[in-house]
Amino acid sequence: MYVAVKGGERAIAQSHVLLADARRGDAAVPELSIAQIRGQMRLAVARVMSEGALYDEDLAALAIKQAAGDLIEAIFLLRAYRTTLPRLADSEPIDTSRMRLSRRISAAFKDLPGGQILGPTYDYTQRLLDFSLMDESAEIGTADSGPSPNPVETTVAPRVTDLLDRQGLLESEACPAGDPPPPDLTREPLLFPVDRTARLQNLARGDEGFLLALGYSTQRGYSTTHPFAGEIRFGTVPVEVFVEELGFAVEIGEVELTECQLITGFEGGSEEAPRFTRGYGLSFGHSERKAMAMALVDRALRARELGEDTEQPANNEEFMLSHSDNVEASGFVQHLKLPHYVDFQTNLELLRRLREEWEANHGNTAAPAEPPAVPATMEAA
Amino acid sequence: MNATTAPVQAGYNFAYLDEHTKRMIRRALLKAVAIPGYQVPFGSREMPLPYGWGTGGIQVTAALIGPDDVLKVIDQGADDTTNAVNIRSFFAKVAGVATTTRTTEATLIQTRHRIPETPLAEGQILVFQVPIPEPLRWLEPRETETRTMHALREYGLMHVKLYEDIVRHGRIATTYDYPVIVNDHYLMRPSPIPKFDNPKLHRNPALMLFGAGREKRVYAVPPYTDVRSLDFDDHPFAVERWEEPCALCASTEAYLDEIILDDKGGRMFVCSDTEYCAVRQEAGHKGAMAP
Repeated sequence: MYVAVKGGERAIAQSHVLLADARRGDAAVPELSIAQIRGQMRLAVARVMSEGALYDEDLAALAIKQAAGDLIEAIFLLRAYRTTLPRLADSEPIDTSRMRLSRRISAAFKDLPGGQILGPTYDYTQRLLDFSLMDESAEIGTADSGPSPNPVETTVAPRVTDLLDRQGLLESEACPAGDPPPPDLTREPLLFPVDRTARLQNLARGDEGFLLALGYSTQRGYSTTHPFAGEIRFGTVPVEVFVEELGFAVEIGEVELTECQLITGFEGGSEEAPRFTRGYGLSFGHSERKAMAMALVDRALRARELGEDTEQPANNEEFMLSHSDNVEASGFVQHLKLPHYVDFQTNLELLRRLREEWEANHGNTAAPAEPPAVPATMEAA
Repeated sequence: MNATTAPVQAGYNFAYLDEHTKRMIRRALLKAVAIPGYQVPFGSREMPLPYGWGTGGIQVTAALIGPDDVLKVIDQGADDTTNAVNIRSFFAKVAGVATTTRTTEATLIQTRHRIPETPLAEGQILVFQVPIPEPLRWLEPRETETRTMHALREYGLMHVKLYEDIVRHGRIATTYDYPVIVNDHYLMRPSPIPKFDNPKLHRNPALMLFGAGREKRVYAVPPYTDVRSLDFDDHPFAVERWEEPCALCASTEAYLDEIILDDKGGRMFVCSDTEYCAVRQEAGHKGAMAP
């Protein structure tokens, strides 16, 4: 006997209890602290801050803990929190040429002012599982066994792109007089076509995996960029706010950033001499993969502006920007878990009717070898 | 999350959104009401529920709801489907408003995929959760193009699509989210309600608002507005029908869900609108399988 489905509220409450249990795991194992996540999972924290669009390492670590390590869920938690925050001030534009560098490399020049600084990177490691890390007690003992790194120097160096810019070889990106304030995609809808400032905002919040795959596609021939990693830098940049009462900008803190400047060729034309063009990537914390993928996609999306072919997915602004956000994508993909009884019923009803007609037309011989196509109404619901 | 009605959540504004955001949404809604069926872009916010799970409807409800409102939330016609429960408890928590399952008692009804069977009255507001607002999306994915098509009422593509259905299937094979023309101008997706509900859109005394959070659009059908489902003279619009009445309340006029009872082909049909069905049963209507 069918009983109308009741008790949704009790079932949800019970699901929350089970979720809390599953998140905590074995109670005999000590609980993770926010400080541990922040300190030992810094790359996860960086990704959650970038795509969560909120620079707060503690809250990002909390989100990672609450989400049991599901970074997209953590990004969602942080985003949902940030929308409730009041806007107190807009910072002055940050200046990455003032960055205190932890890492800085250029693939375009062998040496350059400020030098190549490798810093902390997995790039030159051999990816062999380090079983010694499984022994947590040993780790404390071996912390000072290796050669101690040089004392941290405060290195500031000019950006490679500025050096090229001075020689006129690279398109200039000086801020024109009367430049309007950029749109704020967290407050205004994305309306196509958009300018580069809005595009870069969208990409900065965009999913690393999506940008990686589509950036990769441009390297495999689904677009026509030939990029050089002009410079990738990671370090700390001061944030300043202009205080009306004082009449000058005051430093309110620092953020860690990763910046990628890709340099790509440009043919030039009758009105412009040939010069290099740029693709730009910027992300919170240490996240080179994201910054590089973003720069590849930024450059690909400039195809229309630079008069290049716009045939490929990575060149298609509406396609790219409408699908880059993992909070939107994750929600909509997973909404298929919601009940769709009503829509399904209406399709069932139609399908049964179409099959009746098909059988009537084809005689009621054997089972239909080729049932009629399912009607093309399986759109998003 | 506490599922029972609780005092308003500390640390959040009434109905979650700040007042500036609510005003921005209300402005967009006023424009939507002024241009029936037109999709108005708005600065959709990230909500604490996932995109695709009703964020547009929740923002519209949050922008409109006041302390004296009585809220009803349904999904698939039912008040107790999990997501409806979650959204209702969200508003009970952040706005402390009274909630109800009775269609006639509600001042605001947020819905996903259905319009209640009980006729709505003047003064009521029905808020639809919309996944994809653009009716032309599968015919032309570029928004820059569809905006122009709407402005010029260039809807030939949609007629061709429906015609192709007839050629291939002998009938129009769109069953939910069936396209309508609002106030003789804009082509509109009524959200994935079954086409069974389309006639209820026409000249409804209630205000009907549509919110698409992920796609950042709102649109509206004001009270008593003409809403016409697309069709052809020789293939007139028709709604779903069932061979049998509701097994619980014997209604022959409601949209029915099919329930699978066992693995031997046993099934029954019951009203998708659970409140409508319960009220009829209380009034003494008994279906073949009523308890």
